[in-house]
Amino acid sequence: MGKITCAQMLMRCLKKEGVEVIFGIPGGVMIPVYDALLESDIRHILVRHEQCAAHAADGYARATGRTGVCMATSGPGATNLVTGIANAYMDSIPIVAITGQVARSKIGTDAFQEADTTGITAPITKHNYLIKNPEELPFVVKEAFYIASTGRPGPVLIDIPVDVSTEMIDEKKINETMKLPGYKPTIKGNKKQIKEAASRIYSSKRPVVFAGGGVVASNASRELRKLVKTIEAPVITSLLGKGCYPETDDLSLGMAGMHGAKYANITFTETDLIIAIGVRFDDRVTGKLSEFAKNICVIHIDIDPAEIGKNVAVSVPVVGDAKIVMEDLEKVYREIEAKKGKNKRNDWLKRVEMLKKQYPLKYDRDSGAMKPGYIIEKIYELTEGEAIICTEVGQNQMWASQYYKFKEPRRLITSGGLGTMGFGFPAAIGAKVGMPDKTVIDIAGDGSIQMVSQEMATATSNNIPVKIMLLNNGYLGMVRQWQEFFWEKRYSHTGIYNCVDFVKLVEAYGGAGIRVTKKEEVEGAIREALKIDKLVLVDFLIEREENVFPMVAPGSTIDKMIEEDR
Amino acid sequence: MKHIISVLVENKSGVLAKVAGLFSRRGFNIESLAVGPTEDIAISRITLVADAEEHSIEQITKQLYKLINVIKIQELDPANIVERELLLIKVSADSRTRPEILEIVSIFRANIVDVGKKTLMIEITGNNSKVRALEDLLKPFGILELVRTGKIACTRGSKA
Ligand SMILES: Cc1ncc(C[n+]2csc(CCOP(=O)(O)OP(=O)(O)O)c2C)c(N)n1
Ligand SMILES: [Mg+2]
Repeated sequence: MGKITCAQMLMRCLKKEGVEVIFGIPGGVMIPVYDALLESDIRHILVRHEQCAAHAADGYARATGRTGVCMATSGPGATNLVTGIANAYMDSIPIVAITGQVARSKIGTDAFQEADTTGITAPITKHNYLIKNPEELPFVVKEAFYIASTGRPGPVLIDIPVDVSTEMIDEKKINETMKLPGYKPTIKGNKKQIKEAASRIYSSKRPVVFAGGGVVASNASRELRKLVKTIEAPVITSLLGKGCYPETDDLSLGMAGMHGAKYANITFTETDLIIAIGVRFDDRVTGKLSEFAKNICVIHIDIDPAEIGKNVAVSVPVVGDAKIVMEDLEKVYREIEAKKGKNKRNDWLKRVEMLKKQYPLKYDRDSGAMKPGYIIEKIYELTEGEAIICTEVGQNQMWASQYYKFKEPRRLITSGGLGTMGFGFPAAIGAKVGMPDKTVIDIAGDGSIQMVSQEMATATSNNIPVKIMLLNNGYLGMVRQWQEFFWEKRYSHTGIYNCVDFVKLVEAYGGAGIRVTKKEEVEGAIREALKIDKLVLVDFLIEREENVFPMVAPGSTIDKMIEEDR
Repeated sequence: MKHIISVLVENKSGVLAKVAGLFSRRGFNIESLAVGPTEDIAISRITLVADAEEHSIEQITKQLYKLINVIKIQELDPANIVERELLLIKVSADSRTRPEILEIVSIFRANIVDVGKKTLMIEITGNNSKVRALEDLLKPFGILELVRTGKIACTRGSKA
């Protein structure tokens, strides 16, 4: 045992936390850290823009359930990370971002490439640190990973001045004891509240489960399935909750909200009790908030007390980890049943079944045109529903979530809260790195992919064979759709037609490109893309003014949906 | 409605910025704020007064708890606390007005802490209504400068 640099220390700490890969870009103040990386067996994926380092770490975390790590230099490197960190923050994804900072003596002097990284990221991190003293590093790294991955997960940033990185520290003096007097997430739900919840559910005539990203974060898919089986209630998910309950199951109603299924939205307006688990009642789900879940019983289970009652009035709050709370709730519910007999709700289940039949998600299947719904269904079929699907943001995202059926959690990776265009492709890279045996597909839009297309270099030079399925409409489609519906078709700056040959673009980076112009070619192209073991982009030239249906107009109640044949 | 919130935080740099930032980010106005270390040097107390609805105060309290460096939050019940703020008031005074000002000061049990040729500096501690009353009475003489601390408060009796 002797003296090592702080940068070397950092690598050891990361290793101890189980880090296997880091996404990043070096810079002046990060050279010591990158130098130490050479001696470490931690893999580094060099991205082409720091935003994508954060997105890749995020995608890695969503796919694997482990904390993702990204690195950037001071100043512009750190500010480039910001969108990616904010994205992870909004969706409660555990990532640790490590940034370089100017030397301690220069902090506050507007030194070259100085930015107040901890100040800038305070509102978008769960916590952040500026290391002022080398001795802090070991326990800060430990705390960072602990904070990022426990309670309500989220991004944590560690800002390390360059002269800290180079300072020698004595290995004997290493102190890893965490000091977090103010951090104690509530894991176990209150017994009385759980009892109350169970008895309310028991006496409900028309209950519905509403499950979100919290169920995924707590790895509670099994507990959810068990709970649903016991109480026999239909299940709606949020976008981020997709797959935590199998969408192929009869009780699954898929996603509700702005572009949810109509049957899910109607179910929300007819239910007398919502069991909300790990959701935050975003306005994209609730529609007009004052009318949502009005005068009904809402049971809200969440690990973050600040979510409970934030948007929707709650009758029974339960603070705790979804997994543990659902386990307890299921038990207590069964005890009630054992005493009072099973509460069969055949009428309600029949009603829900009928709604499903009456208002299916639909597109014109007989059309000779290449419909996005058709493309996604083909992708679903040919991947047997087993792929990890990442999406960009916009119409592509909604079509992907409507027509791909998610049977398992961590299969849909999409930017929910922040709605970040350009998330899907770098997230797919991260997901593929974490889950190399899985087929990883980015369902993309032509606008979004152009925000991050430089990452094609990352994919090809690191042999990360993700598939980009580009729904190319020559528009910033979702914005165009709003302009069509609500702004008299005044298409202000949403046309991006014919600005780049995507097939040539991907080929220029060393990937493969396939262009598809006809419905008949769809299946063959997908098959081929799945076969090619490198970066592939399939350029589906879809109808330019295709819309996402159904749709709830912003500010409207969710049962009023705009439909195709209006 | 006004709420007095006492926040115990780790005594580290950047923590006050995080607390204050949270208030502005979530759309809350801080009316007054006082910070200092407690009996335990590793812990600081932030006492702040905010004007908000009950529901909003509950939300901001929950959000505050999410800051890793926040250890404990207490909303103080105005009926059960001793609250104080301290004011330094510099007021114009000449030979004619000086006796009158001195009389007011003594009634309020305030102190003269500096005497200038044409000014007096007065120090007063007390609860909000007391210091406001003094301020009102001194106004006619011409207040040249007024400096006040944020409100601090302590719960009565043995309860911490
Ligand atoms: C970074 C960012 N900028 C702007 C927006 C606003 N926005 C939402 S959807 C959208 C259009 C997306 O276009 P495209 O990727 O082609 O997807 P499409 O809707 O056509 O499928 C835009 C500009 C956003 N969500 N993110
Ligand atoms: Mg588009």
